[in-house]
Amino acid sequence: MNTFIRSHLKQLESEAIYIMREVAAQFERPVLLFSGGKDSIVMVHLAYKAFYPAPIPFPLLHVDTGHNFAETLTFRDRLVEKIGARLIVRYVQDSINQGRVVEETGPYASRNALQTVTLLDALKEFKFEAAIGGARRDEEKARAKERFFSHRDAFGQWDPKNQRPEVWNLFNGKKQPKESFRVFPISNWTELDVWMYIKQEKIALPSLYFSHKRDIVKRDGVLLAFADGIVYPVENETVDNMVIRFRTIGDMTCTGAVESEASTIDDIIEEVASARITERGARADDKRSEAAMEERKRQGYF
Amino acid sequence: MTIELLRFSTAGSVDDGKSTLIGRLLYDTKSLFEDQIEAVERASARRGDEYVDLALLTDGLKAEREQKITIDVAYRYFATPKRKFIIADTPGHIQYTRNMVTGASTAELAIVLIDARNGVLTQSKRHGFLATLLRIPHLVIAVNKMDLVDYNEEIYNRIVQEYTEFAAKLEAQDITYIPISALMGDNVVEKSVQMPWYDGPTLLHHLEYVNVGASNNHVDFRYPVQYVLRPNQNFRGFAGQIASGRIRPKEEIVVFPSGLESTIKTVVTAESNLNEAIAGDSVVLTLEDEIDISRGDMIVRKGNLPQKSNEIDATICWMSETPFNANGMYWVQHTTRTVRAFISKLNYKIDVDTMHREDTKTLQLNDIGRVQLTTTEPLFYDRYALNRATGSFILIDPTTNNTVAAGMIRGRSLQVSDLTEGDAETARPKSTNVVWEAGSLMMEKREQLKGHKGAILWFTGLSGSGKSTIANKLEEKLYAENVHTLFLDGDNMRHGLNGDLGFSAADRQENIRRVAEVAKLGLTHGNVVLCSFISPYARDRAFARSLAPDGRFFEIFVKVDIEVAKRRDPKGLYAKALSGEIKEFTGISAPYEEPHQPELVVETDIDSVDAIVEKIVGMLQSQGIISPKS
Repeated sequence: MNTFIRSHLKQLESEAIYIMREVAAQFERPVLLFSGGKDSIVMVHLAYKAFYPAPIPFPLLHVDTGHNFAETLTFRDRLVEKIGARLIVRYVQDSINQGRVVEETGPYASRNALQTVTLLDALKEFKFEAAIGGARRDEEKARAKERFFSHRDAFGQWDPKNQRPEVWNLFNGKKQPKESFRVFPISNWTELDVWMYIKQEKIALPSLYFSHKRDIVKRDGVLLAFADGIVYPVENETVDNMVIRFRTIGDMTCTGAVESEASTIDDIIEEVASARITERGARADDKRSEAAMEERKRQGYF
Repeated sequence: MTIELLRFSTAGSVDDGKSTLIGRLLYDTKSLFEDQIEAVERASARRGDEYVDLALLTDGLKAEREQKITIDVAYRYFATPKRKFIIADTPGHIQYTRNMVTGASTAELAIVLIDARNGVLTQSKRHGFLATLLRIPHLVIAVNKMDLVDYNEEIYNRIVQEYTEFAAKLEAQDITYIPISALMGDNVVEKSVQMPWYDGPTLLHHLEYVNVGASNNHVDFRYPVQYVLRPNQNFRGFAGQIASGRIRPKEEIVVFPSGLESTIKTVVTAESNLNEAIAGDSVVLTLEDEIDISRGDMIVRKGNLPQKSNEIDATICWMSETPFNANGMYWVQHTTRTVRAFISKLNYKIDVDTMHREDTKTLQLNDIGRVQLTTTEPLFYDRYALNRATGSFILIDPTTNNTVAAGMIRGRSLQVSDLTEGDAETARPKSTNVVWEAGSLMMEKREQLKGHKGAILWFTGLSGSGKSTIANKLEEKLYAENVHTLFLDGDNMRHGLNGDLGFSAADRQENIRRVAEVAKLGLTHGNVVLCSFISPYARDRAFARSLAPDGRFFEIFVKVDIEVAKRRDPKGLYAKALSGEIKEFTGISAPYEEPHQPELVVETDIDSVDAIVEKIVGMLQSQGIISPKS
């Protein structure tokens, strides 16, 4: 083995840890956004390693749409307890009750877009200056130009024309009061890197990621999990019991499953390596228009 | 098997087919997904394109897609079983320099695309220049669109030859040429059947096998402290990423700026304590002694220290729409340290197309300039050429908080003569009338040891007069006589020590001042110093003379008829000067002041080199510098 060169996973890990530490050092009140998905579970793992043996010096924030999978919430609570992190939860339901947002109605209703308001309110409530997220550049075209340190104006909005150049590993986190940053330590990872890292580090994941039987509603080619009162069949749609797994985990109304027999990490890595559709391709929210992701990012979505 | 990581940047102009090449790499390595291909097909169809435009895969933002240009660095990923690749895709329009610098800053390899139909354009050279400036160790010149020139070997060879000639001027370490067609896929991933005459690697093969990590500095341990961990009374650790070198427990270290010393106790990671950590590793260090260390401090190995200065000589790339402000304060972010600074001098800017230096009073977006930076507290740095991590910095405008420049440290700043204000007369060294400080005991002892005396032989004359030819021959002769020599000429001085100087009167003066100082050092160490410089100005030669004691400075006027020199023209310089390509060329467009009382006049269009060398040796013997033939 060449003792001068580390594996790509080691280098990606080291880069992510470096960025987490820069955030802790450059900002007074950072926060780690936790969605319950595998990327944010990896992020918590990286944060743990970045500050070991000290505790993670910032809290985790979870925006709960109220339409989460039960497995996600159970897993979240156990993880937080295990590593001794501080967790803050804010609910989209509260934003609805306060009249901050108006909920979509009907069978296609999704709370996905409403999360943005709840998130921005929570950032404001705690005066968080830097929100660390698990977004990756390979997920979607609009993210390919995203910075590690992404500057947001006083309204939490992203201006693609006004982003700071990032050279070498020098990250400029200086800002006016009220402005903020979104920081993406695993920008350079691909889905396959994430899975290989999960394997290497033996990171536990919610069972949703592995092959299981579930009642499914097929809608516009997307396989949604049946959930009473949230996702249910209309018109010609049916509920079928299928063998599936999830490649991403988010709000139930827009997280699509894939038919899969992959029941171990190795199975999944093999599947991902030969996959024919991107992770986000299984998400209903990106299909609305070609520039859908960019629009949502401008508004403050992650 | 371990998968390695290679970061590379791609540079090319709008129509060189860069996006198509990246699309091709992603497509042929099966890094694309059905939905991505479908999305591109949908977009192509809607725009009315006849073919599926692979370039659409990599053009990210909406505004760019509308204008059909990419305006920012985009990052792409693909992998083979051997390596993972991170591509920094830098667009080729007007903001090019800023984007290229950004993409190149983390790259280990740069691909420069050349359109085979157009040959080597100014921008192809610019790309190579910037890649070299940023010290990217590997350069690939991909000659693209070979399908449109019928895969013609001649055309390819001509481009290779032309670029090779140009690249001789760069300090590029490794250049590989590959003829490709990104559109058709020739020599990108699959070997081309259309170009049997090419027996080199395909682009992907080269990317998979080129040496990685070669640019890392494995020697000088530098550890900028990022964050201090104090979970309890018993643990005090310093978190950071090793910038260069390696470290083990029990090694002795020094902390800057305090200068305090200690010993490494443990190298901590969440898995285990390590026996060794290397450049790029994010670790936590604990020390044997309780010393005060905070973010921005740098831990280094004892006996291997960085440079320290608050006067920094640097090359910077201006990245902001707001031009450089001569009176402004900036933040310098260097490693994990941020200090205040101002730009105390703007020496010149570099035209990235011609690589010429130009006088300037300001730096605008995409300008590259040589500056002197004065910081409020000293920086602890290495030269960028030796250490990218500790030799780089950014400038931040404190009023907007924007990153306005990227900088590369060349070294401690010298008193570079001022090109922007005052004339040559006022910029003269203050010590014109310095006289020799007599009686250096060491010099005498050194001369005794060497068996001859020290002297400066100053050869002056027009370009092509034969100065260096004579000096070279003379040096051989002196060597044979066991005389210790030091040979300084325009070529070796201007490549190194005086690499920052141009050819204006002020720069020529500074050039000679430095040469004279070096010659003086050689002299005081008992050498016969041979200086071969046009040195057209009498006052500059007088200055050199003022540094030496009487009887030790020999001005040798190498005289030649200018018409003879023009005919000789060994470097093709006269031709260029006469055509106006070189400005301020001595004898053509700049003056040469003949010496009035030189110690010796030699005429190379009359006497042979050997005869002249004999004459000089005779002079040195008669003046007691070297002993007559023993």
